[in-house]
Amino acid sequence: MNALEARNVTKQYATHKALDSVSITIPEKTIYGLLGPNGAGKTTLIRIINQIITSEAGSIEIFGEPLQEKHVGIIGYLPEERGLYKKMKVGDQLMYLAQLKGLSRKDALARIKVWLEKFEIKDWWNKKVEDLSKGMAQKVQFISTVMHEPRLIILDEPFSGFDPVNAQLITEKILELKENGSTIIFSTHRMETVESLCDHIALINKSKKILEGPKKQVKAQYKTNTFVVEHKGAFTLPNHRYELVGQNVVEDNLISTTLKAQDGIKGNEVIRDLIDLTEVHSFQEKLPTMADIFISLVKGEGDEALKKHLLEV
Amino acid sequence: MNKVWLIIQREFLNRVQKKSFLIATILVPLIFPAIIGGLGYLAFKESETAKAETVHVLDESKLFKFESNKKFNFVAVDLPLDQAKKVYNETKDLALLYIPAIDINKPDGIAIYTKENPSIEKVGDLEGNIAGQIHDLKLKEYNIDEAILKSLRPKVNLKQFNLTDTGEEKSSSSGLLYGLGFVLGILIYMFVLIYGIQIMQGVIDEKTSKIVEVIVSSVKPFQLMLGKILGIASVGLLQFTIWIILISVLSSVSMGYFSTKLPQQQAMEQVNKQLANDPEMKEAMGQQNGKITEFLSNASEIPFGKIAFVFVFYFLGGYLLYGALFAAVGSAVDSQQEAQQFQFPVTIPLLIGYMGLFLFILRDPHGPVSFWLSVIPFTSPVAMVGRIAFGVPAWELALSMALLIGGFLLTTWVAGRIYRVGILMTGTKVSYKVLAKWFMQKG
Repeated sequence: MNALEARNVTKQYATHKALDSVSITIPEKTIYGLLGPNGAGKTTLIRIINQIITSEAGSIEIFGEPLQEKHVGIIGYLPEERGLYKKMKVGDQLMYLAQLKGLSRKDALARIKVWLEKFEIKDWWNKKVEDLSKGMAQKVQFISTVMHEPRLIILDEPFSGFDPVNAQLITEKILELKENGSTIIFSTHRMETVESLCDHIALINKSKKILEGPKKQVKAQYKTNTFVVEHKGAFTLPNHRYELVGQNVVEDNLISTTLKAQDGIKGNEVIRDLIDLTEVHSFQEKLPTMADIFISLVKGEGDEALKKHLLEV
Repeated sequence: MNKVWLIIQREFLNRVQKKSFLIATILVPLIFPAIIGGLGYLAFKESETAKAETVHVLDESKLFKFESNKKFNFVAVDLPLDQAKKVYNETKDLALLYIPAIDINKPDGIAIYTKENPSIEKVGDLEGNIAGQIHDLKLKEYNIDEAILKSLRPKVNLKQFNLTDTGEEKSSSSGLLYGLGFVLGILIYMFVLIYGIQIMQGVIDEKTSKIVEVIVSSVKPFQLMLGKILGIASVGLLQFTIWIILISVLSSVSMGYFSTKLPQQQAMEQVNKQLANDPEMKEAMGQQNGKITEFLSNASEIPFGKIAFVFVFYFLGGYLLYGALFAAVGSAVDSQQEAQQFQFPVTIPLLIGYMGLFLFILRDPHGPVSFWLSVIPFTSPVAMVGRIAFGVPAWELALSMALLIGGFLLTTWVAGRIYRVGILMTGTKVSYKVLAKWFMQKG
């Protein structure tokens, strides 16, 4: 089952179209990266999923049901611009937010206690938010997003404001939530996050979706049959099969060569060819990074130009 | 509705648990009795220390008779003016009054010599005294005796009655009604403004602390706005109830304490005893007592139950009407300072009602302007509450109430549409055009 299926969602503001017939499919129990430059329409789409605003056209299904008011309880949302009531105590605040999500007092209390324990901040219950550091407040905010055990968790730039230690902690919790069956949507432009965490991605640019699919597939789609070889001793490439992209000396007489094989030549064939020519120390296919794909697509280049760009980096 | 209830609870508890709430709730009622008590104390002190001031009188005309009283102690001087001045200068007395030999038909040249500028009140007293004596002297010239003179100055006090439709007579007192209308009108004005601004601040706080996006992912913006407005209303009602109780208890305690000590009271009692036999005084006393009982009976005829109901109704109605507008203003701006440009237009109608209270309603409670002010929803909370004590026809009251309900439903709807967009917009330069756009925007 799909956690979320949006079909032709359109949002029109007076002067511009924030979303232009965007369709995405988010499979259950995945981490889904929603990518795009600032102002592309990511936040608008997220707000529509959260029923903060409504769309003019299109439909959204969540776990097989049309999106309705009752679904706010199964969604957890961490907005990019986040904040808490400064004058409220941590415990009271979490109780309030949990009950707004539809938990009973008793359930809310139990869940909050579990989560405070997980983050080892049990003694914060009576602290006012204004007395917490930014990182501490972020932890509380994260708890408020996930404490009602939502099936769909939407995190908008979740790592901004976290130091590396806490970012690691949050990453662990996110993976744990995924293990427990939650689906997670990441809205971000941090490519290293996408690279390491996301299973699926969608790229939104200028109100339109321009790319979607499993991360592996997307990468495969944009791979350029380029390989990086580290070797001892120079060699001459057979021109009709390979094209030299770059070459540099790593140390002493160890050389790193990047070469592009003609279409249809598989990795194994390349190795076979190379063994006869030189002493191979390492061999790796060069896949485009998400950052490469992102930047070149957003710059509005066609596939041909993209491949050229990917070759150059 | 369950979620609105949660929001109401939070708004209420969060405010009531604050120290500032406790301080305001306790201090404000203390201020009133403190003022009453302080004034009472001063009056008590002054009447105790006040002595009649000495006035030297040099009367060359030999026409006037000055009797010493509470304020002045007259001392007759029979010296030439120059010497009289010298004598006066050596004393610490108030003044030297010089009356040359005058013709009472042309009383010129009367003079007063003082060391300091005397108060207008005291000069006026002396002038009145002399004028009165000249008046009497003239009448005497026409051979009118003193008994007739006395009867020429009757004491008149109009007794007021309202004729009801059935022809029944009801006594009334416009002074009392004026006071009641005045106080109630101002109270409504103050409450609506104070709590309305609290709503606005609350909305701005939520917006600037960015919590609002988290909240509206759980509840509808309209529910959030409604919960906030109702939560603060309940804080207002609680605070108001505590104030009424504390003020009435403390005021009566402090008034009771000082009234037993006031010398007038004691003097009255003595006078009562001494002059019990004097028939003329008795009559005067009777009249005095009659006035008090009349005041009390008038007060008891005012339908306080009805007025209290109307007051609470218009307090809530006016609060809801303006509260929604204040919420919309708060949602549109990013800071308190920015709010001012929109806050002012919102308060103008309230201000019109407030000024109308003094200019029209208290002067002419049944005139056409008073009617319109007390029927139009934006001014009616202040106007109708100021007017109600004077008696308002049932249909006018019903019309005004219905329009007020309609009015706050309308403003809540309009405000809700602006609010839902405004709270998510930061860093926008907001103008009326932008507000109109938000209002028209779908979803």
